Amino acid sequence: MTIANQSNRRAYNYAYLDEQTKRMVRRAILKAIAIPGYQVPFGSREMPVPYGWGTGGIQLTAAIIGPDDVYKCIDQGADDTTNAVSIRRFFARVADVATTERTQDASIIQTRHRIPEAPLGPGQIMVYQVPQPEPLRGLEPRETETRAMHAYEEYGLQYLSLYESVAAFGRIAGGAGYPVLVDERYLMSPSPIPKFDNPKLHQSEALHLFGAGREKRVYAVPPHTDVRSLDFEDYPFEVQSWDEVCGLCGCGESYKDEVILDDAGNRMFVCSDSAYCGDRRVAGHAGPMAGHALDGLATGDDNTDDDAAAVGIEA
Amino acid sequence: MTQVQSDGPLLSVKSLHHYFGPLAACRNVSFELRRGEILGIVGESGSGKTTLLRCLSGQLAPTSGEVLFASRRHGLTDIFALSEQDRRRISREEWGYVHQNPRDGLRMRVSGGANVAEPMMMNGTRHYGQMRALSLDWFARVELDTARIDNKPRTFSGGMQQRLQIARNLIHGPSLVFMDEPTGGLDVSVQARLLDLMRALVRDMGLAAIIVTHDIGVARLLADRLLVMKSGDVVEHGLTDQVLDDPQHGYTQLLVSSVLQI
Repeated sequence: MTIANQSNRRAYNYAYLDEQTKRMVRRAILKAIAIPGYQVPFGSREMPVPYGWGTGGIQLTAAIIGPDDVYKCIDQGADDTTNAVSIRRFFARVADVATTERTQDASIIQTRHRIPEAPLGPGQIMVYQVPQPEPLRGLEPRETETRAMHAYEEYGLQYLSLYESVAAFGRIAGGAGYPVLVDERYLMSPSPIPKFDNPKLHQSEALHLFGAGREKRVYAVPPHTDVRSLDFEDYPFEVQSWDEVCGLCGCGESYKDEVILDDAGNRMFVCSDSAYCGDRRVAGHAGPMAGHALDGLATGDDNTDDDAAAVGIEA
Repeated sequence: MTQVQSDGPLLSVKSLHHYFGPLAACRNVSFELRRGEILGIVGESGSGKTTLLRCLSGQLAPTSGEVLFASRRHGLTDIFALSEQDRRRISREEWGYVHQNPRDGLRMRVSGGANVAEPMMMNGTRHYGQMRALSLDWFARVELDTARIDNKPRTFSGGMQQRLQIARNLIHGPSLVFMDEPTGGLDVSVQARLLDLMRALVRDMGLAAIIVTHDIGVARLLADRLLVMKSGDVVEHGLTDQVLDDPQHGYTQLLVSSVLQI
């Protein structure tokens, strides 16, 4: 039995936050959707996890989730990492929702580092846990100044980081949190997703919500919005690519994680999106290292964690 | 876009006052500056020189008075009557500001080349090769080693940092450059070289400049005209040679006679 439907001894409101807080967060979300890419301040609450573990994303999810939703949570693309498992259990307990690992089945997908490989459809909502919402912060420490830059659309400064990268590496090397211009107006940091995933934001059919708990900001990319990654005329934007295919499922197009196998220098590349990789293997695809000891770990459809002891929640 | 009369003043200051509470930092300052002209503002510390410069460069709204600047977009207009956005654009496109301490004027966390190229990016250049070429060109013009273009400014000496700052403030072709004690923290030989360099650059580019200094030598070398300030008042105003060779006001006489002779 989940906490959410223990009506006789309800210790927490539905979806953990109280109704007034959820209302406040929803208002911030609506404003963020109305002005794509604009950082809306909101009254971020103390959450039962430390800053940096996804407090912003958890608050956004809590504000929009309902009993009919199907919830998926990933960390570094994987559904089975500690943080993803804990947050998924948290919402299974406090919001009484079904959880899934399949991207296609989920209505709300919470993430930090990845956008799933499977294409997102209309009605799906991506919730991002953002550590630093201000793309200009590394170059301009003053909040008053960065706000003026956004207000007056003065984004020349962001190109400094690209210049530095080209000067040092001969190419734009930034791998994650690559700055984008939303709807040709607001400069936005797409959270630390790899730039591999940036093109997926462009004209996406899903709604993308970004929450920064510590910095108390919400921003959004609504469906069918232009999202352009910054670049130079002579150094156009490029995404990462790999010479290797996924060792387990043989996929050549997905984003890969490099896994060190032993001290002898052996390694393998596997899809970072574990659900996508698992689906492909079930469908019969096999990579050069199929059958490896790691293969079994990721395929098991472990979706029965509802009743497991969750992150410090006791009714 | 308004056509600017090339023979009109570039900058015109009309009865500018600035008070910090009861303290008068600038009282009734009026002058005109033409294209290609270099104005020196001299005076002892605390006489209101820097406050005046901050008012002229749009960083500090004066208590009363007008600062009219002949910008490309707006013609001769009071910069404080414009919106903040327009004022920032003028500052970005048509002005340079050289700080006394290069650490205030440089971004210490990015390379020297990026510092020099930044004004171009701010004004819309999106071509790396062009920016790189022009940065290298400016490194050479301010006599910096082009091999060090990718080094961080903190690895540069004080004089090199100051030259870096000057390159950064001239690369976008401003019509007016503000300089606040540009040779302040440097030793005498470096000062002399920097002054030579600045004089050549400013003359070549036909820039107008306003140089705040307490060093009469700097004023003598660079400035066409001088404004002498004391306790917020302009006590003397005229051609540099005239002011320094034949000082009328008691304070100016003291200032000129107090220069160390070797």
